[in-house]
Amino acid sequence: MLGRRSLFLLLPLFAGLAAVIGWPLLQTVWLSFTDAQLGDATGNFVGLANYAHAFRSHGFRHALGVTITFSLSTVAIEMVLGLLVGLLLDLPLRGRGILRAILIIPWALPTVINAMAWRVIYNPDFGALNALLTQTHIIGAYRSWLGDPGLALASIAGADIWKTFPFVALVTLAGLQNVPRELKEAAYIDGAGPWMRFKTVILPAIATPLMIAAVLRIIDTIKVFDIIWVMTRGGPANATKSLSIMVYEQAFSFGNAGYGAAIALLSVAISVVLIGGYMRATRAQTASA
Amino acid sequence: MTQYRSKKRFFLACASLLALQIGLAEAASANTVLHGLFMSQAGYSEADVRAMTAAYVKMHPDVTVDLEFVPYESLHDKILLSKGSANGYDVVLYDVIWPAEFATKHILQDVSDRITPDMKSGIEPGAWTTVTYKDREYGLPWLLDSKFLYYNKAILAKAGITAVPTTWPEVIADSKIIKDKGILQYPIAWSWSQAEALICDYAVLLNAYGGQFVDSAGAPAFQTGGGLDALTFMVDSLKSGVSNPHSTEYLEEDVRRVFSAGQAAFALNWSYMWALANNNPKESKIVGQVGVEPAPGVPGKSTISSVNGAMGLGIPTASKNAAAAWDYITYLTSQKVEDAYTADAIPMWKSSFEEPALMNGPLGPMAKAMETTQTQLFPRPFVPNYPQFSAALQTNIQQSLLGKAEPAAALKAAADTITGD
Amino acid sequence: MKLTRTGAVLGYAAMILVGLVVVLPLLWMVIMSVSSTRDLTTLPLHWIPRQLDFSRYHRLLSLAANSDGQTFLFALRNTVEVAIGTTVVSFALALPASWLFARREGRLDKLLMLVVATYMLPPLLFVVPLYHIFSSLSLLNSPLALMIADSTVVLPFTTWLLKGGIDAIPAELEQAAAIDGASLWRIWLAVTLPLARPIISTTILFSVLMVWDEFLYAMIFTSDSSAQTITVAIADLASGRVSDYGLLAAAGILAALPAVIIGACLQRALVAGLTTGGVKG
Repeated sequence: MLGRRSLFLLLPLFAGLAAVIGWPLLQTVWLSFTDAQLGDATGNFVGLANYAHAFRSHGFRHALGVTITFSLSTVAIEMVLGLLVGLLLDLPLRGRGILRAILIIPWALPTVINAMAWRVIYNPDFGALNALLTQTHIIGAYRSWLGDPGLALASIAGADIWKTFPFVALVTLAGLQNVPRELKEAAYIDGAGPWMRFKTVILPAIATPLMIAAVLRIIDTIKVFDIIWVMTRGGPANATKSLSIMVYEQAFSFGNAGYGAAIALLSVAISVVLIGGYMRATRAQTASA
Repeated sequence: MTQYRSKKRFFLACASLLALQIGLAEAASANTVLHGLFMSQAGYSEADVRAMTAAYVKMHPDVTVDLEFVPYESLHDKILLSKGSANGYDVVLYDVIWPAEFATKHILQDVSDRITPDMKSGIEPGAWTTVTYKDREYGLPWLLDSKFLYYNKAILAKAGITAVPTTWPEVIADSKIIKDKGILQYPIAWSWSQAEALICDYAVLLNAYGGQFVDSAGAPAFQTGGGLDALTFMVDSLKSGVSNPHSTEYLEEDVRRVFSAGQAAFALNWSYMWALANNNPKESKIVGQVGVEPAPGVPGKSTISSVNGAMGLGIPTASKNAAAAWDYITYLTSQKVEDAYTADAIPMWKSSFEEPALMNGPLGPMAKAMETTQTQLFPRPFVPNYPQFSAALQTNIQQSLLGKAEPAAALKAAADTITGD
Repeated sequence: MKLTRTGAVLGYAAMILVGLVVVLPLLWMVIMSVSSTRDLTTLPLHWIPRQLDFSRYHRLLSLAANSDGQTFLFALRNTVEVAIGTTVVSFALALPASWLFARREGRLDKLLMLVVATYMLPPLLFVVPLYHIFSSLSLLNSPLALMIADSTVVLPFTTWLLKGGIDAIPAELEQAAAIDGASLWRIWLAVTLPLARPIISTTILFSVLMVWDEFLYAMIFTSDSSAQTITVAIADLASGRVSDYGLLAAAGILAALPAVIIGACLQRALVAGLTTGGVKG
């Protein structure tokens, strides 16, 4: 029943993908080799000029730096924090069911709503964060969380981490609950140290789901748009201008559709490189373990 | 046989469907549908525009108007994107800074020939700059606006300041008094976020210091003279602690919120803040305490300063209903309609400023400040690549405000970016 | 496995800390939504509202013409429409292929990877071409356009999840039915789909959640309340249109509620989906 003819089963999916992804993608690739302006059907073929322009441009290098900083730092913190909370939830403590249920909320919250909520919390004058931190004497004076270039990206990252570390925690917990209780207890009774137990019993169970979670997060953070758009639109002084915000600005505010397309494609290349590097690193790690 | 019959039935069904559609299309053509794009903050409120439109549609039963309201930040991009779109807009609201770009890119229709002499002579000249590029008109002006100096009378009185400052150095001096007396930590609020709002505030100060954005050849000229003085003024006011440091993340609405909460003695903002801050107890804690004056000047250089913040209504090139759209625009911009909605915006018609109902009404002080300012509205540069021009300035001015670059270096960097493109 | 006393104390302390970090911002949203604007703009900040003010909820849940409520409720309706449409279309397109990917494991792996890899492509890549396509088809500002656009995100994910779920169903069961001469369609209806019910519901819920979250396409392809979705409505409110933080908070809470309920239903599935689903793919 799985003869050659069964390949027709792929038809609906690939027809759909070709229509909504393939065809637009081809057009974008073509656009990236032209000087097309938004609203004009065609532009002149300019070869690799858009790409060359990007690599020479200070704006692109800056946006690249912002994107990679944001991606690596949020993913790293989310993974560590999520792993720790996942381990915590696996301990025999009362009330962990409640905590687990609460963790669902940030994860399910739409990104735009999360961004809006944190923008209000970070508000320099009437925001809750400044009020809380000054009233508990942690900081002396109100700060401009989203207006200070040294703080803005970190503040956005904070909002993103708050939303996403629960996802990692739940994934970790799921992996842990696949480990038979007897195995955990056996390792405990054998007198294996905490590190040994982690490495031999826990890590194998959570490695794969965590790796998938990390890949998904790297992809999402390289694409990051919504949260920055709602919170700062790339300011102050471009401190939060990621590649996606730059693509938007070039293509829609300036009308440089061709250049925008080139930068968008470069951001995909960066995703591929980062994920490739990450996979290689984790594979090497598991091989040596 | 049955197969044949069912096929026949199928064709019949198709044919009748087709007929139905043609019928529908004909029915629709009797009724013109206009798609309008408006902005949802400042000037006429969304409710005002809807009410004006409802009145218009009532008089023209054959016309339907679909309205879309977007935040100011999306307005430009929406108009640009709709170019070449089959079902785009028929009427768009646009900012004074875009006609050059929209004219060069053929996004707006040239309506010079539709404008009547009555319109030409009746509307304040400052408003016309909004829709004009190279002596052609690309729509009708709708809103007259500039940034004004607002002050909190109660705070000034508390600090013992009796005369309202009339120059920018006086504003700083008075703010120092307020700060030193411990009345407010940061007496002045500005909208210096990385956005067009920052360029508007900068334009006011550049105007006060007698600077210019571009020279006669269209090349950047803000990096020396008045343009440099303006940025130096801004940076110094932050350093001396009289300007609210959070200004670098404020838009106009943040300025309004801070000022209306009594947290600022001075604020620079558009005319819309007047009614909300001084007359609306739901929105403001300082009702009845607000004063407004034209933005001050600088001794030896200017007496007052301003930035042209007017907006216009235009017809996109792709619109197939230009005549109907024009009729709707002339209604919205007519003196009769503008005079009926003075709660949120000051009319742009010369004779409106003679109406006692306006000048002595709740909007009086604002109308007086506008009357003085509107004769000399200072424009932002008419360059086709204005979005790039503005973005380069925004970024580099912010660098300087945030202490990352000296004013001269920052403005030079902005000029280099602009000429580099 | 028992914890030592100090271990338990530390564990509970950590749980409380994590709980507070997660709950406090949410609680503050709820408080803001029922505080008066005056309380919210008082310095120092007034944490506990002096009186409860539910007017924002009334405002948002009213259908009066041209009100905030109308915009909001229409956006909610549009979001539901787009979510259902996208989910149904993606599911129908992805199911046959997912099944084949699962049953011909090995030979089609590269092809599956290709499908899943499209998830890496940012929506910004498709916005300009899609805009022109929709424009030429007169589809702009319609829920249909958003259903098509959102499929770019949902299709690869749906394929991946479904394939993982079908992997877990023994092929022998289907083969037994095939020997009895049942057609492929019949086998699916009688054997595969009933057994795949858990992964199907997971896929559907995930898909709805992704559409609920989508912002960029909705912002660019829609223009008024006939197609605008909830994220666009919220972003518009947040961009200075409304200076009342309480209204923002109330709108956020109402818009997030359906997503959070779906999330709660997904709790178990999220876990199962990611630990078993697609891992081998």
